[in-house]
Amino acid sequence: MGHMTRIDKKPDGGRTGHAVEVRGLVKQYGGPQGTRALDGVDLDVREGTVLGVLGPNGAGKTTLVRILSTLVQPDAGTARVAGYDVLRQPRQLRRVIGLTGQYASVDEKLSGRENLYMIGRLLDLSRKESRRRADELLERFSLTEAARKPAAQYSGGMRRRLDLAASMIGRPAVLYLDEPTTGLDPRTRNEVWDEVRSMVAEGATVLLTTQYMEEAEQLASELTVIDRGRIIAGGGVDELKAKVGGRTLQIRPTDPADLPAMARAVTETGLDGLSGAQAVPEEGLLYVPILSDEQLTAVIGLLGERGLSIAHIGTHLPSLDEVFLAITGQKTASVSDTAPEEIAA
Amino acid sequence: MSTTTPPSTPFTPAAAPERTPAPGPGPGGGADPASVGEGRIGLRSNLRHIGALVRRNALQIKADPESMFDVLLMPIIFTLLFVYVFGGSVGQSLGGSREDYVNYVVPGLMAMMGMNISMAVGTGMNDDFRKGVMDRFRTMPIARSSVLIAKIVVEIGRMLVATAILLGMGFLLGMEIKTSVAELFGAVGLSVAFGASLMWVFILLGLTMKTAQAVQGVAMLVLMPLQFGSSIFAPPTTMPGWLQTFTDYNPLSNLADAARNMINGGPVAHSVWMTLAWAAGITLVTAPLAVGKFRKKS
Repeated sequence: MGHMTRIDKKPDGGRTGHAVEVRGLVKQYGGPQGTRALDGVDLDVREGTVLGVLGPNGAGKTTLVRILSTLVQPDAGTARVAGYDVLRQPRQLRRVIGLTGQYASVDEKLSGRENLYMIGRLLDLSRKESRRRADELLERFSLTEAARKPAAQYSGGMRRRLDLAASMIGRPAVLYLDEPTTGLDPRTRNEVWDEVRSMVAEGATVLLTTQYMEEAEQLASELTVIDRGRIIAGGGVDELKAKVGGRTLQIRPTDPADLPAMARAVTETGLDGLSGAQAVPEEGLLYVPILSDEQLTAVIGLLGERGLSIAHIGTHLPSLDEVFLAITGQKTASVSDTAPEEIAA
Repeated sequence: MSTTTPPSTPFTPAAAPERTPAPGPGPGGGADPASVGEGRIGLRSNLRHIGALVRRNALQIKADPESMFDVLLMPIIFTLLFVYVFGGSVGQSLGGSREDYVNYVVPGLMAMMGMNISMAVGTGMNDDFRKGVMDRFRTMPIARSSVLIAKIVVEIGRMLVATAILLGMGFLLGMEIKTSVAELFGAVGLSVAFGASLMWVFILLGLTMKTAQAVQGVAMLVLMPLQFGSSIFAPPTTMPGWLQTFTDYNPLSNLADAARNMINGGPVAHSVWMTLAWAAGITLVTAPLAVGKFRKKS
């Protein structure tokens, strides 16, 4: 029975419409001379939406999630989840959250089914209900066949899916996904993304941390960019993309002499964003920042109409480094070579 | 508790300047009513959680039967070793034979076994923390102590298995109960109670130290002098005075004496009370420290 706050209830009474509210959050590790993992972070997650927290390794993403899930106490600032204060009401808060970390938090010696059953019991579901819910989620996350195998024998993707299933047992109102696809291959990554999308469709509020621009784009409606414990940019995904440049189209004309004509043709359309088109004669390439697939189609159609022949075309998503470059005008200090290189669309 | 309704501070959008901390149904007028009351875990829930976690630990043993090797083999090896290596000579000086030494050393080994098995809790605790599953437990609406209590319940089970095998070995080698079966069970209960109190010490160590190996290292340093500087293996009468003083105050001597006299007959009151006092004292000091440490561990 409903020990958990179901997602269809609005724990906050709809007062702010924010499932997560963070103000001036500070966390310092290793004494006064130590590093500031979080240095005055403010952020809000609107109910029923996905906020992507984008940042390189060591930016403070995990610390943020650990504070919001009561694993770590902040040094200053406030954080509320579903209206509950992390410091003053941790017990109530734990009833409404689910956490899937970078490292699968399941018991490896237990089977997938045993893991989910145990969590059901810990969430005060009856034996019968725990079994039912475990089977339901195993089915949904395509783990039924492996249900009786110990989790230690699962592949990385299966383990991550089991972890997600475990977080979903109590139908949490707020779900934290801390780098849910780090270390997964592209196919498995897509599977996890599909699951996250269906959770959101059911009304869960999600705080997603990621190092991948593409992941944030795929899942989040709003983005917060964090670096060295500070928020350095935020807003809607499109807004940020416009700021960063979104995808870039690379066009190679059959005849390099056509480059200037191509550049003119594209900039003259007056379409939003396309004015940034730039010809780079040394590479024989035309770079066109685009904001949508429609723009891509429009550009190609236009060049066709003008009889400008294209030898090769490619798109390029900005890597995290490029996002940072665009926002701050400088490279990140942290290593971010784990971000995927160019992802061809 | 039946259903948990989220705190809904009644408000009208027009007049809600500052949100007050949601008052739970807990005691009013306290310093911080929001932190008590509603979030509390009821006793029945708590027992259910402990049950689920005990089941987890039991399933772990089922999945990894090798983890029972210590419990199965330690009592066999120790009994054989001590009875056949020291049995002849110590038995003689006790004014008897090897068989008499069996009756002397097996109750002592019962005390030692509890200590060795409780040490495993510390290393296990440390290992558990390396895994994400502990994070999951700590973000769930369960009392954090339930994770520790479940661990102790399972270890007590392991201790009982080891004790049963030890007694079986003892009987095989000629041990006799000179009192009654009831007193034998009393002796078992006493060593389990003392062993359980030591588990808190090792849990605390496990939570404090960085690696499982370090826990084991420190534990051995403490265990060796305590075990051998006691009346477990030999009567302290021939030891030098300073060592006798040590063994007198060594709780393991109290436990060994109590168990021995409960099986072989003899005065038990003093040693039983001393053992119980030690067990209670150790638990009262280390259990809250361990739970506190567990709560804060990040």
